[in-house]
Amino acid sequence: MLETGTTVKEFAESLLCMNLEQCRFLLKDQLALESGQYAVEEIITPALEKIGQGWENGNISLSQVYMAGRISERIVDELLPVYHSSKQGNLKIAIGVLEDYHALGKRMVISALRSSGYSVTDYGHGIKVDEMVSRALRDRVDILLVSCLMLSSALRVKEVVDKIGDKNRNAVIVVGGAPFRLDPVLWKETGAHHMGKNSADAVKIVNSLTEKGEGL
Amino acid sequence: MNSSERIKVALSHREADRVPYVLSASMHPAREMGISIKEYFSSPDNVVEGQLRLIKKFGNDVASCYPFAAFEIEAWGGDVIYFDDGPPNAGAPIIRKPEMILSIEPPDVRTNRVLQSVLRATAKLKEHVGDRTLVAGVIISPLSLPVMQMGFESYINLIYERPDLMEHLMKLNIGYCKEWANAQLEAGAATILYYDPLFSPTIMSDDIRHKYGITAAAELMVRINGSMLMHMASGRGLPIMEEIIEAGFAGMSASAEDDLRELKNRSIGKITLVGNLNALEMRHWSSSEAEKNVKRALAQAASGGGFILSDNHGEIPFLVDEEILLAVRDAVHKWGEYPMTWIEEFEL
Repeated sequence: MLETGTTVKEFAESLLCMNLEQCRFLLKDQLALESGQYAVEEIITPALEKIGQGWENGNISLSQVYMAGRISERIVDELLPVYHSSKQGNLKIAIGVLEDYHALGKRMVISALRSSGYSVTDYGHGIKVDEMVSRALRDRVDILLVSCLMLSSALRVKEVVDKIGDKNRNAVIVVGGAPFRLDPVLWKETGAHHMGKNSADAVKIVNSLTEKGEGL
Repeated sequence: MNSSERIKVALSHREADRVPYVLSASMHPAREMGISIKEYFSSPDNVVEGQLRLIKKFGNDVASCYPFAAFEIEAWGGDVIYFDDGPPNAGAPIIRKPEMILSIEPPDVRTNRVLQSVLRATAKLKEHVGDRTLVAGVIISPLSLPVMQMGFESYINLIYERPDLMEHLMKLNIGYCKEWANAQLEAGAATILYYDPLFSPTIMSDDIRHKYGITAAAELMVRINGSMLMHMASGRGLPIMEEIIEAGFAGMSASAEDDLRELKNRSIGKITLVGNLNALEMRHWSSSEAEKNVKRALAQAASGGGFILSDNHGEIPFLVDEEILLAVRDAVHKWGEYPMTWIEEFEL
């Protein structure tokens, strides 16, 4: 049996090379020995985290992170079609781009979450505050991920947090996007509960929330 | 020394009377004029007036009538979405399926209403400022333009899955960029800001940059009738600095995420740096923090010329208070006069 650490590195390298065949081979090899949960939690998710960290460190580009997420999502769909993270339970997770029309970050987070076995409802982009709030409340969303690329949109997250909080104090709001990365104090100003610097961060945050049972 | 002279001296890696600077507060004149951002950009006369106000109030050493990136999509037949307090965004992609690349036609610069309005504004601005202030034109690079033409996700998929269509799209965009840049130069722009966020390794992998980004830049470098400065929005440039220098750019953007000292060490005598104030953080600067950040940037990069102080993204958010911009202006005037002997004792 390959050591997990070796396989994570190899899987990450295969993702970065966009070598779909190698990714399939490595995962099938592991699936023959272990469960889907193991493959997701001990290989795919750590590999995507490694790649996300690489982007933070300036060694990997956003386009590579995007393609890695896409390939992972495809592999999970192919090889683990019925896998669903046991951590999610009945928790409802949704994501949307508030106000603006820059949707790549949201897409990458969805890929990363789905690759980790989570179901996510996509609210799309260009959504106004009231629409996001009403959909999140209607859907009884437990964890709402909000992506923004413009400062003006990012500042409006506060309205989302306040309005959802008035009706559902248990809902958790996670934010991400360039304004939050480049201004590290911005997310706290909005009252959001967490901030993710990249798509792998979003998975880490959702993992920790589901482990703690938050949003229930 | 006037602004234009100051910029030319900086670009030739010599020390002028003081460090030149540009506060890219392109939307702020709308507030001062008491009109919406949409109304402001709807008229070339408004934009000219706005640029003159930026020169007068903030002392910008460079002016430009280029409105905002998404307007290019309007020129290509798409829509622009306006906001009350932020930059306009491109609407739905004009290339909805990859195969449309084979039939899409770029706008004719000579007759396109949207592009012509910017050219009229550029010419009018040039009439006003004469040779005192340098007027810059802007193009969105062939590599970065498809983000708006197709949507970012579809574009990245195209790059990796349809190299045949990608080649076609690059050819189309190179032709358009050449015409658009040269038209702005003819209208009175003295240089072209080559806006290419995807050139940065923050966004795009090395293989794609080499295959398409460098190729496009090299081709345009010989076909555009003026100098070009590379601008990668907030994207890091340090890892690929030598590529940008080799491509022939006269200047490059300095990201707030790059080490400005290291950028300076590698740029001396080769390329002028433009940056690297963090415009997002500006929002909650005090006047003294503005001064501190200006001093830091000057200390790191201004010696010997080859430096234009600016924000690192090419656009200061509308929500940044004017008082902070005035504080930046004041700090440059206070600390930016050459020779900057205070740098010797400044702790970086």
